[in-house]
Amino acid sequence: MADDMTQLPAVPETKVRKFNINFGPQHPAAHGVLRLVLELDGEVVERVDPHIGLLHRGTEKLMEARTYLQNTPYFDRLDYVAPMNQEHAFVMAIEKMLGLEVPKRAQLIRVLFCEIGRILSHLLNVTTQAMDVGALTPPLWGFEQREKLMVFYERACGARLHANYFRPGGVHQDLTEALIGDIDAWCIDFPNYMKDMDDLITGNRIFKQRNVDIGVVTRDEALAWGFSGVMVRGSGIAWDLRRNQPYECYDELEFDIPLGKNGDCYDRYLCRMEEMRQSVRIMRQCCAKLATTPGPVMTENNKVVPPRRAEMKRSMEALIHHFKLYTEGFHVPAGEVYTCVEAPKGEFGVYLVADGSNKPYRCKIRAPGFHHLQSMDWMNRGHMLADVSAILGSLDIVFGEVDR
Amino acid sequence: MSLLSQDLGDKIMAKAKGAVTSASMAFGELNLEARADQIVPLLAMLRDDAEYQFQQLVELCGVDYPQRPLRFDVVYLLLSLTKNVRIRVKVQTDEDTAVPSVASVYPNADWCEREAFDMYGIFFSGHPDLRRILTDYGFHGHPLRKDFPMSGYVEVRYDDSLKRVVYEPVKITEFRAFDFLSPWEGAQYALPGDEKAKG
Repeated sequence: MADDMTQLPAVPETKVRKFNINFGPQHPAAHGVLRLVLELDGEVVERVDPHIGLLHRGTEKLMEARTYLQNTPYFDRLDYVAPMNQEHAFVMAIEKMLGLEVPKRAQLIRVLFCEIGRILSHLLNVTTQAMDVGALTPPLWGFEQREKLMVFYERACGARLHANYFRPGGVHQDLTEALIGDIDAWCIDFPNYMKDMDDLITGNRIFKQRNVDIGVVTRDEALAWGFSGVMVRGSGIAWDLRRNQPYECYDELEFDIPLGKNGDCYDRYLCRMEEMRQSVRIMRQCCAKLATTPGPVMTENNKVVPPRRAEMKRSMEALIHHFKLYTEGFHVPAGEVYTCVEAPKGEFGVYLVADGSNKPYRCKIRAPGFHHLQSMDWMNRGHMLADVSAILGSLDIVFGEVDR
Repeated sequence: MSLLSQDLGDKIMAKAKGAVTSASMAFGELNLEARADQIVPLLAMLRDDAEYQFQQLVELCGVDYPQRPLRFDVVYLLLSLTKNVRIRVKVQTDEDTAVPSVASVYPNADWCEREAFDMYGIFFSGHPDLRRILTDYGFHGHPLRKDFPMSGYVEVRYDDSLKRVVYEPVKITEFRAFDFLSPWEGAQYALPGDEKAKG
């Protein structure tokens, strides 16, 4: 025993204590109400336990007590930075069960506004990610463009955020010539802004230091953890529902799918930047096609789609249809479908179980953010505390959809 | 999506040797019904078999059918990126019987199963950490069950005199549910004065 004692180091050993930190629920880099319980060894993250549900509103429960038409507005409130993309998945589920055909012009309008939603979401994400790692200018510049896009939302449907514009069978109202012209003009102008943004962030030394090789996701990990959208494309997997399982008229439009190589936060940022440019390309094609594609923006089936207001003034039948649709609502045949769209954040899906009545029996909302957020634990292990906000920013989390 | 057909379902059924009890197509989607105790080897087979390659678990959720003896469905939505196919696997269970956790096959099942447990009270055996996920700390009940009222049981407010948040029983007794179902189709009850009518 005495020999052992002599071998002890001269400096007494201090006991290392793991450090626990509560990140959130109110934290500017948490992108909403997220509580992360972090276990730290010095400044190195050892374990992350995300506590979610602080924004849980029971959307799925509420939907079971409302008619299909009353349920579409709930989808605006999920991922509230790209509202129409969410509605799209839900109306597609209803259309699939009812076998409704969407007119060509309505498809173009839907694609146009889905791409606006994609730019809205990516602008918010890219710029706030820059803010999370210390830059304040990008969000200020980005929000100027977002504001312009929200005005387009407002001119199309009357609301800046909670649109309720996509309806089963089409879209609620047609776009005016002037609006299409203004969107097209914006599309011509937007690449200049993108160039400014590129100059500001892409080559920025601090931004690179904070994002390159941070939060690397390999191809296998991206598949195993149910990733979708930019999270798989950043890791080099060529998977985009607009291309692989085309819906609406995406197969007639030209666009490229950007892929990352390294699967780190910086590649995901680059993917989002390029996707915005591609979205603008799609929007320009839509605007051009809308100019040459006149026609209705809703199916004519009045058992599902309410009649026009003017028609109701003259036709008894239209009045009855209107009354029935806005009280009882339409019935959807029993069965179950799963439809999904390439939302800005990944695959947004709706698993709808109908029992033949006017209300959904069960509607499971598949939010991409939910699956991305649960990988916070393994993505952060071994990173520094300051990287937590960079990784969280690159996951593109919005709590409206994670908590539902 | 050319691969998707009844044939695929029949092939999986033959290969799974009793784990899959039925396969059917509806709305252009393939549904498989499986035995709950076989779900882990079944999903592992679907993931690893070179013919199927369902690399991703897209979603896992519960559905409640209170009139059935096995009241819950657990639904697994699978996606094969290489084959570009989606299928749906369903198993049945009740309030007491645990379904084997598939978190070992698809790691993202972890939170999905937590959510199904939280919302329906479905148990998953072998789950690494089966806690509630979306509801409040200390919440009672499983809100998405059909017998759980829309308004819930407790409401919460900040009490200024106690200087803290307090939980109280809900004050509104009834959720405003309007009956708009047409009495000629859909409604399951007899209208007042219509009891004697046959039909």
